[in-house]
This record gives sequence, C-alpha cells and structure tokens, in this order.
Amino acid sequence: MAAAKSKTTGKSTRKSSGARRIEGARKQAMETGRNRLLVTGIVLSLAFAAIGVRLVDLTVFQAGGEPRLAQIEPNPEVASGRADIVDRNGILLATSLPTASLFADPSAVLNAQEVADKLITELPELNRQELLGKLKTKSRFVWITRNLTPKQHYKVNRLGLPGLGFQRGERRVYPHGRLAAHALGLTDVDGRGIAGLEQNFDRALRAGNRIQVSLDIRIQSMMRQELAAAVREFRAIGAAGVVLDANSGELVSLVSLPDFDPNEPSSAGPETAFNRVTKGVYEMGSTFKLFTAAMALDSGTVDLNSSYDASQPIKISRFTIRDFHAKNRWLSVPEIIVYSSNIGAAKMAVDVGTKTQRDYLDRFGLLRPAALELPEVGKPLVPKRWRKINTMTIAYGYGIAVSPLQLASGVAVLVNGGRYVPPTVLKTVAGNSSTGKRVLSEETSELMRGLMRLVVTNGTGRKAAAKGYIVGGKTGTTDKLAVRGYRKNATLSSFVGAFPMNAPRYIVLVMVDEPKGNKRTFNYATGGWVAAPAVGRVIQRMASLIGMAPDRQPEPAKVPVKKPMIKASTPPKASPGISKRKTAAAPPPAPITVSRASPSPAPRRNDSAADETLMLQRVRAVLDVRDKKSEADAVGPPEQALATY
Amino acid sequence: MSAIARTDTSLVGRWWWTIDRWTLAALASIVVVGAVLTLAASPPEAERLGFDTFYFARRQFVFLGMAVAVIFAISFLSPRNIRRLAVFSMVGAIILMVATLFLGTEIKGATRWLHIGSYSLQASEFVKPGFAVVCAWMFSEQRLDGRFHGYAISTGLFLFVVGLLLMQPDVGMSVVIAAMWGVQFFVAGLPLLLVLGIGFAFLAGTVGAYFAFGHVQARVDRFLDPAGGESYQVSRALEAFYNGGWAGRGPGEGRVKEVLPDAHADFIFAVAGEEFGLVLCLALVALFAFVVLRGFSRVLKSDDLYVLLATTGLLVQFAVQVIINMASNINLMPPKGMTLPFISYGGSSTLALALGMGMVLALTRDRQGGGENR
Repeated sequence: MAAAKSKTTGKSTRKSSGARRIEGARKQAMETGRNRLLVTGIVLSLAFAAIGVRLVDLTVFQAGGEPRLAQIEPNPEVASGRADIVDRNGILLATSLPTASLFADPSAVLNAQEVADKLITELPELNRQELLGKLKTKSRFVWITRNLTPKQHYKVNRLGLPGLGFQRGERRVYPHGRLAAHALGLTDVDGRGIAGLEQNFDRALRAGNRIQVSLDIRIQSMMRQELAAAVREFRAIGAAGVVLDANSGELVSLVSLPDFDPNEPSSAGPETAFNRVTKGVYEMGSTFKLFTAAMALDSGTVDLNSSYDASQPIKISRFTIRDFHAKNRWLSVPEIIVYSSNIGAAKMAVDVGTKTQRDYLDRFGLLRPAALELPEVGKPLVPKRWRKINTMTIAYGYGIAVSPLQLASGVAVLVNGGRYVPPTVLKTVAGNSSTGKRVLSEETSELMRGLMRLVVTNGTGRKAAAKGYIVGGKTGTTDKLAVRGYRKNATLSSFVGAFPMNAPRYIVLVMVDEPKGNKRTFNYATGGWVAAPAVGRVIQRMASLIGMAPDRQPEPAKVPVKKPMIKASTPPKASPGISKRKTAAAPPPAPITVSRASPSPAPRRNDSAADETLMLQRVRAVLDVRDKKSEADAVGPPEQALATY
Repeated sequence: MSAIARTDTSLVGRWWWTIDRWTLAALASIVVVGAVLTLAASPPEAERLGFDTFYFARRQFVFLGMAVAVIFAISFLSPRNIRRLAVFSMVGAIILMVATLFLGTEIKGATRWLHIGSYSLQASEFVKPGFAVVCAWMFSEQRLDGRFHGYAISTGLFLFVVGLLLMQPDVGMSVVIAAMWGVQFFVAGLPLLLVLGIGFAFLAGTVGAYFAFGHVQARVDRFLDPAGGESYQVSRALEAFYNGGWAGRGPGEGRVKEVLPDAHADFIFAVAGEEFGLVLCLALVALFAFVVLRGFSRVLKSDDLYVLLATTGLLVQFAVQVIINMASNINLMPPKGMTLPFISYGGSSTLALALGMGMVLALTRDRQGGGENR
C-alpha cells in the first residue's frame, strides 16, 4: 500500500501544470475504456458460451445424429470394392480381387535372422539379403511383399512372427488379358482408372456400379485373331478392327494392335497403349467414295445412270488426280465405286458442291470427334479452308483424317436406312436404342447397299466375300503421309464391310498399318488383298456365332463358269454369250428404269436371296447398260465375277 | 489459513496480499490439467516420431515448470518494470523474427522456427505480450497527452509485426495480433467511425488472406462446404467428442491421438473430450473464461489507463487463442493451427504465454486502493 501511495504522489507532481485539464481527460478516457472493456468482456463471454453450448451439443446430443463410430473413412491406399466390368453377355472382363500385402515393423521384430529364415520358407521368391536389410532398418514400416495369395497369407500368418502385419488391399484383374485392353484401359497401383473405360467410368466403378459394355468378347477374340494373322502375314506395324452394330451404334468389337496386357501395366507403352480405333486419325482413302456417292445420290446431283469422263487424269493447280485401276473411259456411278475411280469421285464431288459435301460429312459424324465413352477419342483433321481441291481429294478420302471408329459409324448411316446413330461402348437396353438422326433417305441407303454389295461381287472387295452371307463393302488403300508428300511404300490398307446387305446388322472394319505384300498377294498390299479377306473371315466366323444361318444356296454354286481371277485390279472380260445366258436365268434386267423415287420394298431377313436379287438388279442394270455402250472395255455380268472368285 | 500474516510487509508478504489469488489458482489448475493431458496425448506422437514414449511429456513438464517460475517472477514486477520488460522482450523477439526469415527452417510450407542447438524457437510467440504492453503504453500516452503520437507509433508497429508474420507466413498469429491490437485501440477510445473502419479492414484482411494463401482458402472451402468432406483432422476430432460423451472413455482409452498427427498440440482439446468427456471440457472453458473475465473485472477498478489497456491486450490475446483453438477442434470455424494456452505441447508457446500471464498478474495486483479514487 505504501509503495502504491508513493507512486500516485510521484505521478501527480509530474503533471502539476495543467493538471486539471489532464485530470479531466484522464477521467473521460478511463470512463470510455471501462465501458468498452465491458463490451469486450460481453463479446468474449458470448464466444465462450457458444463453445460450451457446442460442446454439450457434440458430446451429449451427438450433433449430426449420424453413428460416427460405424463410419469407415475411405482409405485412399485401399480402394475397396471397385466394381466389375462385364461384356454384353455378362462375361467378366475386369474384376477386383482382395489381396493382402505383407509389411514389417522392424522395431517390433525380435530376431531378424529367424524372421527372415521362416519367411523365406513360405515365400521362397524373397531375397534373403534384401529381406534382412529391410528387417534391420530403423524405420517403423517397411513393405516386404505385395499381393499375397490367400494361401500365402494364411501360411505367413500361421508363422506367428511378431512385427509382421498385413495390409488389406485390392488388385484389379483382367481375366481376358490383352483381348480387350484398349477398350477396358487399366488402373494404377492405387486402383484409379488411368485409361479406357476404367478411367471414363472411374467414379461409377468406385461407387460399386457394375458396367456392362457392348463388346462381345467372343467376337472380340475372332477379330483379334484375324487382325493378328494379317499383321503377321503382311509384316504390318499395326492394325485396327471394329465390329459395330449398324442399328444401335454399339461397338461389338474394338481391337487395336499392337496391344498390352492390363494385368501388367508396364506393358502399356506409348506404342502399345495407343488406341488406333478411336484415338488414331488416318486418311482413309477410297472408302470415302461411298460417302461421295451417297451424298451425290441423296442430294439428287446424280442418279445411277449418270456418268463421268474418267479417261483423263484431272490436273488441278500442281496436283494430278489419277486412277489406280484406270479404265480410261466414261464411268457410271456404280462403276466409279466398283472400280474405285478417283477421277470419277472427284468430279462427282465437284458437282455436289463444297458446302453440301461438308454438310453431309458433318452429319455422317466425320468432322467432329466421336462422342464415345472413352477418354481416348481422336479429333479428326479437317481442312481449315475448304477449297475446290479439298473437295476433290476428300471425295476419295485424302486431305481428311478420321478415326476408324468414325468411318465405321459413318458407313453405318449408308446401310441402316440413313440414320446416324452415335457409337457407344455401353450395352444398349433393347428398345432403348436411339433412333438416330436422319441423314440419308431410305432410297439412297438402299442404293448404297447395292453399290457396296457390287464392290464385293464385282469390284475391288471380292476377297471379303463370306460363303453363304451377303457381304458388301469398300476397299481403301492410302499412302501414308511423310514429312514431305506421301510415302509410296508405306500404306494403310482398309476394308469397311457390312452384312447381311439385304438388312445390314453389322459394320466390320479392318485397317492394316504398313502391310508389305507377299508372294501370295503378288506383292500387292492393297485393302482388297490385305484387309478384305480378314473382314470376310471375321464375318464368316461371327455370323454362325450370332445365330445367323448361311444361305442354303450360296450364289457361286449357281454359276457354272469358273474362271480364276488373278488380280483384283483387272476385272475379267466376259464373253457376251455367258452374259446372255445368265441374264436369261436371272430376273429380267431390262428395261430398267432406275428411279430414286420408286418405292423400295422393306428388306426382309428371312428371304435374303430374293432381297439380294432385287437389290442387285437395280445397280447391276446400269453396269449392263454401260457394257452395251462401251465396246472397248466390257464388263461381264455380276454372276461372272462371282463365279471367278 | 494462510501462513503469511497480513501485516507481513516483506516482498513476498506484500505480493501474497496484493496478487489476484483466484486468477493464480485458475492458472495453476490449467497448468495441472495441461500436464495430465500432455501425458495422455503425446505418447503416440512420440512413438510415431521414433522418440521414447514420454519424450514430449517430459519436455512439456520442464516447460510448464519454467512457465510457473516465469509467472511467479514476473508477477513481482511493478507496472513500470513490466513496461521495460515489454519493450525489451518485444525488440528481442522482433530481431529473432527477422533472423528466422533468413535462418529459419521451412516446415510444412512456412518458415516459423529458429533452431538453436537441439531446441527450436518460435520467435513470433514472444512478440505478442511485449507488443500488447507497448501498444497499451503508446495508446495511453496519446490519450492523456494529445501531443504524443502514440496512435501512429502503435499503428506502424502493428503493420511492421504483421508484415513480418505474413512473410513467414503465419496467418493465425496475425489474426491474434490484429484482434488484440484492434480491441486495445477500441478500448483506448477510438472514435466509433474508426472502429467501424478497422472492423471492415479486419474483415477485408481475412478475405484477403483467403485469396492470398492457398492453404487458408482450402480450409475455408472445406469448412463452408462440408459435403466435400471435412478435413481429415476435423472429422477425427469431432469423432473424438462423440465418443467421449458425458464422462469420456477414461484416461488412456482415447483413440483419436493414435490417428491425429497434432493430437498433442493443436488438437489436444479433442483428446480431452474423448478421454475425459464433456465435464473436463466445460471445466476448461470455465477456467479460461474465468481468467479472462476475472482479469477484466480487476482492471475495471484500476485507475491507470496504461494498466487497463495492457491487461486488456494480454487477456484478449489469451482469450482469442483459446477461442480459436477450441472452435477449430469442435468445427465452429475453419481449422487454424493455434495452441491452447498451457495445455498444448510447445515450449515457445508455453513460455511466451507465461510471460503474458505473469504480466497480467503483475498489472492486476491491488494498488492504491483500487476503486478508492472514484
């Protein structure tokens, strides 16, 4: 008290001058300070009270009400219950197996030597030195080995060694190995999808939702075998194969070679993991002539009887457009397709017009990336400025690059009655499939079916014929782009087919990358020699699998004349006599008035032979008419061609 | 019955009869609870880091012993000597903070620690009590003598210290210092318009921190949108309170300490909740609130503006740390690393708080008959 008193006195002497004023200010300041301190105290009290209330709320009333004890925090290291992926028939394509991984806590290991010896009796693949090193480290946690089998797990556990522990884990297993690698993709060590369906549906799969895909693993297997055979035979660097349901857009098979084994993620290198079907975009070549013909017919620019002068190569600016299978004469629309005439296709496209061409290609789904449920979807390469020269080259498939998948779904439009159905890798529930957007009229589609059939009966695609089934399609062979210009000896050979042509159900596409011709193919490595036979074999094999009975009277049997044909590039010259005899047997071809307006009968699957007759009758007639006109290079009736194969 | 007679005028005798024994008792209780909780919460962390089981507990016991000694020693000082001590400790701490920026080690993205031998020192903890007292001095001088530029000096000092803190960066500590300084300024009689202005500046600073510092943003986002999952630590802490219930699971029976890396420091309150239940948690809240409000009520009777402001600053700092730590633990606000005074593990924090509380005890001693002057 005394000390305090003396202090006060000291203070008051110090501020003796103007003490009254200062004393007043001091009093006022103290008054304000006390009032405001009270406010502060009240605010802090409220904060403490809020904490108290919240504590009661948490502990007594268990705010939130959820039984927190039962909740298991998702451990990012152990993704539990990643769902299965199955094919369209429910066959398991990807699943997760629980595994146990062995770790050690070296500080709790009593005798490292003993532990190592005992462990090696059960896990002989371990290296003793390495194991001892791990067991003697200072850390509290070391992995010994991952993914034990249940039997190993049991045996190690039975050793009863202290300091060892198991981490429950999960391993993604693909029972079919590399068979559907590109569609399925793969997961990383933490069970996250990093490619393909695994990536695209990562969230759904984690949430435990089973994914049923549109693939049929049996057809996938056939396609892969045939592709691998083609790659082997023609020493190709790769291949792509697609089987697409023409009506629902479902991908029944998707194969890209070379491939990888998703069970061994290290096998997925940049080359092997590349999905040629969906990610790769390529100049497709002559298969594009189908689109050119379809848009020309559909827009009314030409009819089947229209013809173009293909006797001279086209010279435009510094380019020359020539024909591979040159006929050096006027060609009708069917002939342009059957003989794969670049000149004819280019002239036809010019007549169609650049804008119309672009509109149609867009509606065929060729100018935009396919809206597929895979992360690996390639963007088509389309000219920025679309000039006359672009129109001409695009007419026969150069100067535009699309993915094989886009080509297949575009061709589906040509044959399925003219509707664009977006492709999908998910199984579509029956009756739930989208009806698609109309692109072509039913009549155009019908004519296209005939033209595609003609390519297989009379043209470059004869080797795609499958005994007992009505196959149609179109070949394509392109020189691959090099840094400057095109490489002559590096080609992409493809065939896009459809069957059965009277009521097409499937599009089958095979593309072989850089095939080399061999003796059997007379050194040809064209689509007709390399890809068409593979398509034919796939169709032959898958048709019986999907329960499609072959025609009892296969056409070749009807034809008496058998004259072997050597090269696809030179159609045989037929004698008029044979021609006449055959025309008599077949339904009367003349007088033919090909009219696009004439109603076409709906294709019926159960009467395929009659359907085909009717279908071919119309397109074939034009060929006959042209034969009569053209003295120099007569083409025999289709039966002749069929007989020769 | 007290062993010291009221007539005892020795240093200790005077101290005993003028000191606020209730606050002393409350602080002693907090220290005891802190010691018990450290024993409960720190062994798993010590084992995780490869130390022996009671490594942290032993160290914290030493710190707490030192803290008690510091509190006692400082509580003997006169207000004037407190002021000297404050200036000295603040200048020293600022020098060390600058040194930290250049010599400190970066831990989890922030440079806050200075390593001296086997000890690490968080200099910014020691700047707080000194800063509070120096600012109180500056405010009161200007208030009593209008010619002195106390407001300007303290504002400059504030900006300098916060600047140093944000360079580390240490947003939490900046918030504590800003709250403390703001309240002092408010109590010192800042015009209400300016109070509003500073309030807005504080708000703007908080929002600014949200945009300027990624880790602040992440925490706030998670707090505002719990659907995205509360942070791991917070959800574990909440679980601990659920499991604790009324009376807790019993000493040593808690699980949260096994999974929370900061169970012995920032999340020790959750350990208290799990093992000792609501009873101890509420007792702790009451003890802390008592220290703060008791200090306020003592200082209300004081006649010295400097004492009033200094005590206010020190107690607000103490209260804000308690509130932020507890509110983080029970998910009332985005998690903010902040120690619970005398409970959380940490030498710098414990000793710096002892410094502050010693000052509070010294400033709130009975002098000149308290309210007699009124």
